[in-house]
Amino acid sequence: MSEFTVTVFRLAFFVLLWLFVFGVAGVLRRDIFGPRRGRKSRRGGSKSAPAPASRPAPAPRQAPAAAPIAHAHPGTIRVTDGPLAGTSLMLSGAPVTFGRAPDNTIVINDDFASSHHARISAQNGAWLLEDLGSTNGTIVDGSPMTGPVRLRIGTRITIGHTTLETRS
Amino acid sequence: MSQAPSQVARPRTYRLAELGLMILAIAVATSAYALVGLGVEDTVPANVYGYAGWLAALGLVLHIIVWIKAKYADPVLVPIAVLLNGLGLAMIYRVDLGRDEYQGSAMTQLVWMTLGVGLAIAVIFVVKDHRWLRRYTFVSGFAALLFLLLPLVPGLGKTVNGARIWIGVGPMSFQPGEIAKILLAIFFAGYLVSYKDQLVAAGPKILGIRFPRLRDFGPIVIAWVASVGILVFERDLGTSLLFFGLFVAMLYVATSKVSWIILGLGFFSAGAVAATFIFSHVGQRVSGWLNALSPEEYNKTPGGSYQLVQGLFGMSNGGLVGTGFGEGRPNMVPYAESDFIYASFGEEIGLTGLFVILLCYLFIFQRGIRTAQQLRDGFGTLLATGLSFTIALQVFVVVGGVTRLIPLTGLTTPFLAQGGSSLIANWMIIALLLRISDNARRPVEDFHTGVLKITEDPEPGSAGASVQAHNTDERTRRSEEPARRSEEEAPTTTLGPADEDAPTDYLGPAGGER
Repeated sequence: MSEFTVTVFRLAFFVLLWLFVFGVAGVLRRDIFGPRRGRKSRRGGSKSAPAPASRPAPAPRQAPAAAPIAHAHPGTIRVTDGPLAGTSLMLSGAPVTFGRAPDNTIVINDDFASSHHARISAQNGAWLLEDLGSTNGTIVDGSPMTGPVRLRIGTRITIGHTTLETRS
Repeated sequence: MSQAPSQVARPRTYRLAELGLMILAIAVATSAYALVGLGVEDTVPANVYGYAGWLAALGLVLHIIVWIKAKYADPVLVPIAVLLNGLGLAMIYRVDLGRDEYQGSAMTQLVWMTLGVGLAIAVIFVVKDHRWLRRYTFVSGFAALLFLLLPLVPGLGKTVNGARIWIGVGPMSFQPGEIAKILLAIFFAGYLVSYKDQLVAAGPKILGIRFPRLRDFGPIVIAWVASVGILVFERDLGTSLLFFGLFVAMLYVATSKVSWIILGLGFFSAGAVAATFIFSHVGQRVSGWLNALSPEEYNKTPGGSYQLVQGLFGMSNGGLVGTGFGEGRPNMVPYAESDFIYASFGEEIGLTGLFVILLCYLFIFQRGIRTAQQLRDGFGTLLATGLSFTIALQVFVVVGGVTRLIPLTGLTTPFLAQGGSSLIANWMIIALLLRISDNARRPVEDFHTGVLKITEDPEPGSAGASVQAHNTDERTRRSEEPARRSEEEAPTTTLGPADEDAPTDYLGPAGGER
């Protein structure tokens, strides 16, 4: 085979090689910065992007029974203070637990948090926060909670040194 | 979640992106193989279709398994591993063709690759959740120690080129240390996540940095002794550096205290300097590194700098775009297909190609660290960091050694270098990273925990939170048992209609599990 052809093949090889690199870089860019959203979200674009789309998901099911309060449901919960600050989590039908044990949805590494400290779950079409018998208690909007609390948008939950806030 | 697809919008899984990158990676690997044939023998190798088909089959099987078993896993890890492995195969084939007699080592390596991919699939199947591994923290610690000590067993261990890191059973030989590094990463992750609080706790403050208390030095001293032991008894500088570096990095990630890095570097440099003067094989490496270009080091046999300098000459011969596959003379360098495969690439595909290789390693590392960031549990964070750090550190030690930045050591270039043990271990690392990243990127509603299992509301309005009882006054700091019970053990977590009106969620019968 002629020298020229081999040279062309070699160049084509480099093109392929770098195409691969740029392909990977493209996937990483989309994953890190997200197709639409800014880079602040720690869960990455792949997680945060569908948030607007899935927001209405629980609503249609719960609307018939819980219409009066349906409009005030928080959709996400965001850690505003503490080691995990910036993390946000979508509330979407599944219960969310907080605590020190590694099996919690949000693991709070804090000596003031109990293994299974608190839980947010869906109850009659609203989100209900419960303390799971924690040692140091859970503080809701500045005052320690005594029974289950129905979450509204903007409720501040403090567990140990971590503060969470419900968002729409 | 057998809901209608419109119910919940899914996060992207990027599986099609993975498929595209995989096809590109296979194309690159195949064309490298064909170019080697063109360069050396002026004709495309006869088995190029079979070769491409075999690579494609391996890559696609792994892709499909990942699609089914770990849908949210990171999309770039597998294509990068296939690309690096394919490039390595091509270069091993090229070096083999340059030899006096053809040994078929590329085919042997392809068999190892098949085995590695098979094991990776097995890991994906067996490890359904990485937190399950935490159950085996101490088991894997002991197993790692056992694997590390195996080469010292008389009759089983083999000494190759001065390093006693091999075991040989009949014609087969294996480096147990490669598997040990995975086990050690699991052990360190499990150990540190349980005991990090003690290490973070009070200690004297020197120069504004809080150092740990003297009695908390225990683990780092043990790790140091172990790594020095490897250096002394197995005469392997690279493995010793790798294990100690892994431990220090994981300690730093667990405690986020800079003092550990300072201490670790201090310990290691003290040990390394001492070893340079005490052990001749380490001293040889260091003097061969410092005075590589002096004639007496260059001509010294054994243990001179001939190999290192020939590697440097090869890379300089390659220049920016390389000589082209099959056009250079990588065979001038001893071990051009294993220890010095990086120099062989430098000669034949030049800096342009080396950058791709280094970027690929950087991508793997970045994905590992990002996965660690996204995870919600400390064990997984540490494990992902540890695993990706082993690959990064290994690349640093090898490339640094070949380019004469640090003394030459005997580590393998991940995925590229010839050698079955290393290849298998790295494929298992990729599989573990896939499993962990699947867990990290999985949306919450798909996320099974041991205590909570997600079920749908039985009917609108009742909104049954499917929660099983917690043992609420559980004061165990961190339960030793891993978080996730596999599904077959946790059927009680689903909520029947009878529980709809339960005022609280403390459902009695399910509580027995904890």
